[in-house]
Amino acid sequence: MLSLFILIPLLLLFILNLPVKFIRQGAFGLVGLLLSVQILAALLHSLFPWSAFPEILGSFFIFSLAVDNLTLVMLLTIGTVALVSLIVAASTIGQERLRFYFVNLLLICVIGMNAIVLVRDIFSLYVFIEIVSVSSFILIALERNKSAIEGTFKYLMLSAMATVFILSGIACFLLAAGDLSFVSIHSAFYDPAASFILKVAASLFLCGLFIKAGVAPFHGWVMDAYLASPASVSVLLAGVATKISGVYVLLRLFGSVFIVNAPLQNIILFAGAFSIVLGALAALTQDDLKRMLAYSSISQIGYIILALGCATPLAFAGAVFHFFNHAIFKSLLFVNAAALEKRFGSTDMNKLAGQGYKMPVTGITSLMGVLSTAGIPPLSGFWSKLIIILALFSSGRFVYAGIALLASVLTLAYFLVFQRRIFFCKSELQEPALENPGKISRALGFSEISLAIITVVTGAVFVFMPGNWIMPLKGIFW
Amino acid sequence: MTINLILLFALILVALWTVMTIRLIRSIVGLALTSAILSVIMYRLHSPLAAVFELSVCSGLISVIFVTTVSFTQRISKEKLRIRRKERLLKFWYLPVILIATAVMLCQHLLTPQFTLPLLVPAQGLGVRDLLWSCRHLDLLGQVVMLLAGAFGVVILFKESRK
Repeated sequence: MLSLFILIPLLLLFILNLPVKFIRQGAFGLVGLLLSVQILAALLHSLFPWSAFPEILGSFFIFSLAVDNLTLVMLLTIGTVALVSLIVAASTIGQERLRFYFVNLLLICVIGMNAIVLVRDIFSLYVFIEIVSVSSFILIALERNKSAIEGTFKYLMLSAMATVFILSGIACFLLAAGDLSFVSIHSAFYDPAASFILKVAASLFLCGLFIKAGVAPFHGWVMDAYLASPASVSVLLAGVATKISGVYVLLRLFGSVFIVNAPLQNIILFAGAFSIVLGALAALTQDDLKRMLAYSSISQIGYIILALGCATPLAFAGAVFHFFNHAIFKSLLFVNAAALEKRFGSTDMNKLAGQGYKMPVTGITSLMGVLSTAGIPPLSGFWSKLIIILALFSSGRFVYAGIALLASVLTLAYFLVFQRRIFFCKSELQEPALENPGKISRALGFSEISLAIITVVTGAVFVFMPGNWIMPLKGIFW
Repeated sequence: MTINLILLFALILVALWTVMTIRLIRSIVGLALTSAILSVIMYRLHSPLAAVFELSVCSGLISVIFVTTVSFTQRISKEKLRIRRKERLLKFWYLPVILIATAVMLCQHLLTPQFTLPLLVPAQGLGVRDLLWSCRHLDLLGQVVMLLAGAFGVVILFKESRK
C-alpha cells in the first residue's frame, strides 16, 4: 500500500500529460483530490491502518518502504501545504500554460517528498532529495524574469555543493557499513573500527543537509529563492519542500540512524542557536515582507535544530511538533504575503504601510500566524516552543533554553512591527487598480482561514494531543 | 597504493585546471580528462562497468554536448581575455596552496600503516541487470521521475524562450 503514495501521483502525472483537453482543464481538481486523499490517509491511519495491507503491486515493485508516527506527521504536512500551494496558484498564476506546468512540477515535488519520508535507505533518500531540489529550481524560475533566474541560480549552486557533500557522505557510509540501509548504517556505529570513517560521513552529510535546510551559516540561497519565486512556490518551499529535504532528513537520521555523541550534540546545538539568533536579528531590519518571512524561517528552523541537538525523546517530540506547526503558520504568513502582493502589487512594507486595514481577513489571519510564530499561548507555536524549551531545561542546557526564550521576544518584536505597520494603521494613499479582486480574494481567503483555523485548533486541543499524538513520536528512537 | 595516490592527485589537479581556465573549450577538455582519470581509478577499484559508463557518458557524450553549446557562443576580445585571466589568477591564488597542503596531509595520513581504507569486495555473481532490476527498484523509479523533471525544465526554461 505504501508504494501508492509514490505511484499514484506518478500515474496522475502521465494522465495529465495525455493530449486530452478536458483532463488538462481539470488538472487542478484532480491534484487537489489526490492531496486531500493523502491528508485523510495520514489523519485516519489509527482508525484504518492501511500500511498493514500488502503491496498491491508487490510483484512488480519491491520497495523497502515503511511508515511510523514521524512519517504520518510528514505525510499530513506535505498534503496540507501542497494543497494550500495549489489553491494559491489557482488564484495567483494567470497564464493557463504556467498553471499547467505548476501542477505538473508540484506533483513531481510531492512524489519526491512522499518518497523521502517513506524510504529506509540512504541512497534512495538522496535520489528523492534531488528530485525535490530539481523540481524546486524549475518552480522558482517559472516566471523566468531576472530575479527568478538569479534566485534559482543561487539555489542551484549551493544545492550542487550540498549534493557533493551528501554523495561523499554516502560513499563513506558505504565504505563503513557495506550497505546503505538505515539498519546497516546504525549497526556500523557500534563497530569501533569504522568510527573514524563514520565521523567523516556524518560530518559531510550534515553539511549537505544544513545547506538544503537553509540553516545559518548555510542560508545564503534562502532569501533570494523565496523572494524571487511566485507566491504559490514560496508557500511550497517555505512550508514544506526545503524542510522535508533538509530538516526531516536530519530528524530521521538523528532519530533512527546516528548514535549521537557529545561533540556532535554541541555542534548541532550551536548551529541551532546561531540560526535562531541570526534569523531573528536579520528579520528585524528587513523592509520586504517575503525577505522578513525568509529570515523568520531560518530562525524557526533553528528551534527544530536546537531540539535535535538536545537529543532527548521529549526534545525530539517537540522538534516534530514544531516542524508541523511551522509548516502551517509559515504557509499562512506566505499566503498573507501573496494576498497583499496580489492586491497592492508589492511586498515592500514601506509601500504596504497603512494599506492592510482594507483586507480584514488577511489582517486577522496574519495576526494568528504572527502570534503563533512568536509562541504566544494558546496557539500551536506556543506549545511546540514550550516543549523544546522544557526539554532544554530538563537536560541542563540553560543557556540554550535562555537563547530560545529571548529569541521568541525578538520574533514577537519584528512581527508586531510588521503587523502594526501594515494592518493596524491607515494610510490615505490610493491603492492601485485591481485586476480581478473578487475571485482572487475568495480562493486566497479560503486558504488563509483554513490555515488560521488549523493553527488555533491545534493550540486549543493541545491538551488532548500529548498522549495520543506527540509522545508516540518518541517511539522512533532506537 | 602509490599509483592510486598519483591518480588522485592528478584528478584534483586536472579538476582545478578545469575550473580555473578562462576558455570554455579548455574547460571541457579538462572535464573530459577528469572523467578519464576517474574511470582509471574506478577500474583499479574493481568497478569496470562504472568505469566504462564514466568514460563513455561523462568523458564522451557530455563533452560533445558541451562543445556543441560552446559553438553557439561568441569569442571575447584578446584584451578582455587578458584582463579576466589576470583577475582570476589574483582572486584564486590560494587554491593551488590549499591543493598542495591537502596533498601533503593526505600523503602523510594515508601512508601511515594504522590507516586502512575498507575497500568493498565486489558482489559476486550479480550482473548489471540483476543489480539494477533486483536490488535498486526505487532508485530507478526515482531516476525516471528525475528525467521527467528534467524534461519539464527544458520545456519551461528553454523551449518557451525560443518563441
